[in-house]
Amino acid sequence: MSDNSENGKYKVIGTRPIRHDGAEKVIGKAIYGADVRMSGMLYGQVIRSPHAHARIKSIDTSKAEALEGVRAVVTSKDLPKTNEDDMIDLGEGMTRLKYIRDNILASDKVLYRGHAVAGVAAINQQTAEEALSLIEVEYEVLPAVVNVIDAMKDDAPLLHDTLTTDEMGEQTDKKSNIAAHLQHKLGDPEKGFKEADIVIEHEFHTATVHQGYIEPHNGTAIWNPDGQLTIWTSTQGAFVVQKQVAAVLDHPISKVKVVPTEIGGGFGGKIPIYLEPVAALLSRKTGHPVKLLMTRAGVFEGTGPTPGSYVRLKLGADKSGKLVAGDCYLAFEAGGYPGSPMFCGCMCIFACYEVPNAIVNGYDVVVNKPKSAPYRAPGSTQVAFAIETMLDEIAEKLGMDSFDIRLLNAAKEGTRRVDDLVYPRIGCVETMEAGKASDHYNTPLEGPYRGRGVATGYWFNIGFKSCVTASVNEDGTVNLMEGSTDIGGSRTSIAMQFAEVLALPVEDVNPRVGDTGEIGYNDVTGGSRTTYATGYAAYNAAQDVKAQMIEIAARHWELSADDVEFTDEVFKSKKDSSKKLNFKELAKIGSADDSPVIGKGSVNLGFHIGGSFATNIVDVEVDPETGKVTILRFTAIQDAGKAIHPSYVEGQMQGGSVQGIGWALNEEYFYNADGKMENSTFLDYRIPTALDLPMIETIIVEVPNPTHPFGVRGVGEANIAPPPAAITNAIYNAIGVRFRELPMRPDRIIAALAAKRESEPLEAVAGS
Amino acid sequence: MNKVHVQSKLNGENIEFLCEPRQSLLEVLREDLGFTGSKEGCNDGNCGACSVILNGTLVDSCLVLAVEIQGKEITTVEGLATPDGLHPLQQKFLENASLQCGICTPGFLVAAKALLDHNPNPTEHEIRHWLAGNLCRCTGYDKIIRAVQEASAVMSKSA
Repeated sequence: MSDNSENGKYKVIGTRPIRHDGAEKVIGKAIYGADVRMSGMLYGQVIRSPHAHARIKSIDTSKAEALEGVRAVVTSKDLPKTNEDDMIDLGEGMTRLKYIRDNILASDKVLYRGHAVAGVAAINQQTAEEALSLIEVEYEVLPAVVNVIDAMKDDAPLLHDTLTTDEMGEQTDKKSNIAAHLQHKLGDPEKGFKEADIVIEHEFHTATVHQGYIEPHNGTAIWNPDGQLTIWTSTQGAFVVQKQVAAVLDHPISKVKVVPTEIGGGFGGKIPIYLEPVAALLSRKTGHPVKLLMTRAGVFEGTGPTPGSYVRLKLGADKSGKLVAGDCYLAFEAGGYPGSPMFCGCMCIFACYEVPNAIVNGYDVVVNKPKSAPYRAPGSTQVAFAIETMLDEIAEKLGMDSFDIRLLNAAKEGTRRVDDLVYPRIGCVETMEAGKASDHYNTPLEGPYRGRGVATGYWFNIGFKSCVTASVNEDGTVNLMEGSTDIGGSRTSIAMQFAEVLALPVEDVNPRVGDTGEIGYNDVTGGSRTTYATGYAAYNAAQDVKAQMIEIAARHWELSADDVEFTDEVFKSKKDSSKKLNFKELAKIGSADDSPVIGKGSVNLGFHIGGSFATNIVDVEVDPETGKVTILRFTAIQDAGKAIHPSYVEGQMQGGSVQGIGWALNEEYFYNADGKMENSTFLDYRIPTALDLPMIETIIVEVPNPTHPFGVRGVGEANIAPPPAAITNAIYNAIGVRFRELPMRPDRIIAALAAKRESEPLEAVAGS
Repeated sequence: MNKVHVQSKLNGENIEFLCEPRQSLLEVLREDLGFTGSKEGCNDGNCGACSVILNGTLVDSCLVLAVEIQGKEITTVEGLATPDGLHPLQQKFLENASLQCGICTPGFLVAAKALLDHNPNPTEHEIRHWLAGNLCRCTGYDKIIRAVQEASAVMSKSA
């Protein structure tokens, strides 16, 4: 393993230690949500709507309740009564409380196939499942709309009786499936297009795709007679679950404790709550702990996904390839309730480039699909697909290299974005330069039906709130308590930042993810914030510990604290060079004579804290007989600011890239005419397997983030944005067809090749 | 429903249990025997998170009925390490950061062990082909494949 610590600048950062929670995960002893077991525990299941859109006329639970072994059934009637106009802010602006409660258990209408309608608790899983078939729900089936374009039409079936369009912050009174319209404008786009030498415009469609975590959602609840509710769940943020459950159940937040278990993947999809309130209601009704586990079909049909989208983009460039104007219209499918990442799409569409005159109009549209949830750089992949493939088209028209046109236009410090953000120091250019200089890009690709493509993508990265506490033990080890879900090695990355400050071996820092009763508030593990913000809190906690240890040394040596310093990994007297103690020695002295050392770090780091850019190079081969696209070689490049644990940085880059590959080539929700999903298994919703891929080469670029003590930029998300565009460009270079719809399935490739042969009968399709 | 008495060997130890004929091996392992290392990702044989070795053959334990293991031997992820330490595959998974969330890891370890039992020196393609029935959504497989390659090298040397 290489050691990336810079010429001795860092002792711990940049090394690749084994993660603290590794052993228990490889021996099968780590406790995930489904592994929770309580005394007297009951098992639950949820009945889901078979219809995409229907009014619930009645629910008869009597037969289910009468079944031997069934302990309770709950429906929306067991939730607190909700007024249509009750509003709530759960951290993402004001939302109707009814939407949040109805998504847990539908009240008047079901808005997508898979919408939860009732929950059952029974003595075992099988009885609970049997009981589901005895719950009689009478539906009045309504016409469904599962496509964003159809849903925006004036005569579209309306999902909500009361939803009106939020027109750039103003409520209109027009009833519509369009929940919101947002516009950003910079410069004079009209003038920019008039002055452009090249103007092109295209429409793009992307399918609904799912986060695809391997662990289904789960929730176990105990509602004690004193009203104390405890929930065990695998979540990206225990405090957000606490806040949401308290709101949904109208229960005091102080009476809700959430214990985050180990989590089997999330990618944004385990931020919303689904089963937790249902388990709580069932526990209250039965007096027993109740565990709910979602089926895989339930995961596909009832959670996530990320929106299908329609994007129309117009770009204008001058003869040199410099972009002079951009105009983007984008519409995202929010699912059954408002709240797609449309606003992120608006921010990301021009984020990699300097576009002096630009306008973007975004629409958040409800459709009869599950309420969309965040998925890794939400909204960025959809728009990168549009702009990154059109840039290649402009480059081709001008005879420019793919990287040269990107570098000519790349965003940099001082670039003003369409949403008026002015960039601080960013590493967009550096990822492109690294791509251009890479071994991959400089190795010729030969052979028929083969092509190479490049693309760049962006994620803005959030800071938000984190805190940690650090307790120093007698032997000089440290217990580091944090509140950020560890979804991919972050415990160790956070401990490494703590260890760096105090020059401790990282093995001497024992990180643990606490529950909502053990540590202060932490925002979710999401937005690429954990290594950045919780790492920052750990840095502050280490500084706090250092200050307290200096006090102990000062007392021990009968000096003032000002006369003690911590340098070269030891505490020493500035006055007497013979007086020095290392951390372990001082901890032992302190434990005998002083009050216990507990350091704290607490931060609130805001919204835009220095984004991350990712660039891809991909080589593909298209099989003209089968339409299969094979990824021959893939290089992922990303700005990590400073890679704390390079292996886990590479892991994020590789994992995000492969999710992007799946999005490009295989993954999509298939709906029939009635709005029923027809591929809700991992066999039919096909995520990439080991056999579909080559090794994913990585190049970590480090442009330090000035807002972080070690320069960290979160790397969790930007990596998913460029792959579909890069693969589209590669396919174009392989077979001369530009795709503007995802996924690029074999049947679409074959149809496109056939159409191309038809239109160019005398021309060789490939091999040029 | 009448329960069936089953005797078998789990990770080298003799075990016996009563189960309903309908119960999957995965359900019995997790719910009745308390071996929760095998994970449920889909319960229909598509994700491989519940992989176990049944008399030398790699199977998805969600697709095997518990009554079918009468007289047979099962190896789960809990059976890989010994009191002396981790199995080379487990060690290499840790050294290579081959797990992020870790939910698929037990299945991959068991599947990779079955591969190396059959073929101690697989090529990269053979590893990818063998592990294609195990889904991982976090890693992009790169570091998993490398760990299996390294474990294979270590085990060949010590064999």
